[in-house]
Amino acid sequence: MIYQEKAKILDKEGIRRSLKRIAHEIVEKNKGIDNIVLIGIRKRGVPLAHRLQKYLKEIEDKEIPVGSLDITLYRDDLNLRLDQPEVGKTEINFSIEGKDVILVDDVLYTGRTVRCALDAIVDLGRPKTVQLAVLIDRGHRELPIRADYVGKNVPTSRKELIEVRLEETDGIDEVVIAEWKEE
Amino acid sequence: MLWKHKDLLGIEGLKKEEIELVIETAISMKEILKRTIKKVPTLRGKTICTLFYEPSTRTRSSFELAAKYLSADTMSISVSVSSVQKGESLLDTVKTLEAMGIDALIVRHSSSGVPYLLANNLKCSVINAGDGMHEHPTQALLDVYTVFEKKKRIDNLKIAIIGDIMHSRVARSNIYAWRILGNSINVCGPSTLIPPGIEDLGVKISYNLDDAIEDADIIYILRLQLERQKKGLFPSLREYHLLFGITPERLKKAKSDVLVMHPGPMNRGVEISSEVADSIHSVINEQVTNGVAVRMALLYLLLGGGKIDETSHS
Repeated sequence: MIYQEKAKILDKEGIRRSLKRIAHEIVEKNKGIDNIVLIGIRKRGVPLAHRLQKYLKEIEDKEIPVGSLDITLYRDDLNLRLDQPEVGKTEINFSIEGKDVILVDDVLYTGRTVRCALDAIVDLGRPKTVQLAVLIDRGHRELPIRADYVGKNVPTSRKELIEVRLEETDGIDEVVIAEWKEE
Repeated sequence: MLWKHKDLLGIEGLKKEEIELVIETAISMKEILKRTIKKVPTLRGKTICTLFYEPSTRTRSSFELAAKYLSADTMSISVSVSSVQKGESLLDTVKTLEAMGIDALIVRHSSSGVPYLLANNLKCSVINAGDGMHEHPTQALLDVYTVFEKKKRIDNLKIAIIGDIMHSRVARSNIYAWRILGNSINVCGPSTLIPPGIEDLGVKISYNLDDAIEDADIIYILRLQLERQKKGLFPSLREYHLLFGITPERLKKAKSDVLVMHPGPMNRGVEISSEVADSIHSVINEQVTNGVAVRMALLYLLLGGGKIDETSHS
């Protein structure tokens, strides 16, 4: 099997524009950002949440809190996996009670990660609403979950991979579509 | 780094990276302990059994809470009311438990080596919760984690382990752990309580407390195991306290930010004075809290999915 990159879906500028648009949509939908908190799903949701925080500050001149959520302990596939996922850190140093929580992740696929994140969030408190922002929605949902804010919809086949690379974690800003092909 | 062991039988033989993996995982588990709802669904559907042939409060309840916080079901066998009293052998007892479908067995026994025997005969994971005078690995791991939390490092430390080294499985597991992590260790106690050949483990021996704790980063005080000493290995408790008891005056010999640790239960006024036990240097209560976090980490690593190397028993 060989790994082959097929196309670049978003470059640095594309990612910036998508996130900026999402920031505007968050302000519009919530009529401001006074009650908003951002929670990034580890690992690439966290830098995306920080970027959204920056854009929201540019728009509304207010700094809103950002937390990071690790969902490893909420996974429902631990028994099915051969490799054991390393547990990351959950750092939410603010109350989510009564808040409008914007959950941020890089790719929305089956919806199982988001389901885990919802389970984790309700263990931390009772938010007023939970909204979902993703950079890429690639379809193939296995659960009734949809995103409130989407950077880009990318119809994919199940064989394809979506690779989101960010400066903070990978040294470059880009989203590519790739595939494993028989040699 | 992946955890590849089926069991946790001792610290001896673990790699530095494996100890670090437990510590890293425990950091995330500690965060759960700080929440209002201290429960995650990670080990839902798993059953964990504690089998203690010796009395215990903290280790047993710590394991049970760790399992419950991870949503596993727990069962504890009390030896005094089990078929052990009817003469059932240890192996038959555990085989019966395994046949009922347990996923992990946590065992404490007064004979060294029992967890190894069980691990070789069972498919489920076995965790050593203390075997005779041999090892108490989860205690050492929670000690390492507590030091990491306080000092932000687990290497280049000067550690003094004081007291009854001979009868102490905690001492042995701690010596292994701190040596694997690259620290210098002084052991100190009455000569009758220092086992011959202990220096082969890479520790320095001292019979003078003031020398042993000079410039120490950590003073690890062991419990005087009165229940294991019927032979009169030291003249009196009063003399022991005078020569080897940690008092505020003695503490001045160590570094100003020294940590005082004790695996509990303490004999106040014997190996440790009450002033020291309750002082700002003491992290004894933190050790108890961290015990739950570290045991959660171990249960996750042993049972939370992952590829298991069935041939490995450490």
